[in-house]
Amino acid sequence: MIDQLASAFHFDRQAVALRARRQKVLANNIANADTPGYKARDFKFADALTAATGGSEAGGHLSMATTSPRHIEPQAGNALPVDLLYRVPAQPSLDGNTVDMNEARTRFADNSLRYMVSLHLMSGKIRGLRAAMQPAR
Amino acid sequence: MSLFSIFQISSSAMKAQSQRMNVSASNLANANSVAGPDGQPYRAKQVVFQAMGAEGMKGVKVSEVTEDPSPLRRTYRPDSPFADADGYVMMPNVNPVNEMVNIIEASRSYQANVKVFNTSKKLAMKTLTIGER
Repeated sequence: MIDQLASAFHFDRQAVALRARRQKVLANNIANADTPGYKARDFKFADALTAATGGSEAGGHLSMATTSPRHIEPQAGNALPVDLLYRVPAQPSLDGNTVDMNEARTRFADNSLRYMVSLHLMSGKIRGLRAAMQPAR
Repeated sequence: MSLFSIFQISSSAMKAQSQRMNVSASNLANANSVAGPDGQPYRAKQVVFQAMGAEGMKGVKVSEVTEDPSPLRRTYRPDSPFADADGYVMMPNVNPVNEMVNIIEASRSYQANVKVFNTSKKLAMKTLTIGER
């Protein structure tokens, strides 16, 4: 029963965690907007989420081969594997920095909003489950 | 949790930007300092930013404060005690226009990081309310 509850929230949990991760990457871009030679980073959210939730497209989790039913599947822990990529700058700058401040801030705001959406969806799911657990009146 | 490390990232950036503003303020204040503590004319200083962390994911820091190597201004002031034989005094190589631009840029970057901090704080507060009715 409890593990079913956990798996019900698995998708939302991964989505929120990845949003927080991306928030961190984007915050770091803004922090390094004036650092010479810094390259702006980002990752593809859709790919990362597919990989984290074990979707079919990206191949899912890296899992260990089990040769005996007694083998236990290892937990990946909280470190979500994401492919950190480099952003392609729209206009090059003399000091080699590729952070476009306008773009960085737009992405940051966009990601904040989507983080809120993920939280909202998760809250809705919790409300729904809680309603289902209420005794009939 | 990732959101807490954003606070460290933005605060490191705010610290670095305020140090940059500090250095520019010092440059402006000393734009006419003929002699510093060592008896030499003041030279304009610049901060050097450096990304922190293995993947550069831990914010920014000021790695060093360098001196501007450009030549000092040579002005004719025969009445000054620092004048050389020809009556010229070496003045600091501070360019007030550069410093003003630097200060404006630093304050804008500082504001952007404050904004990042506040947004992340809002998100963290919102996260705490998950599952409330």
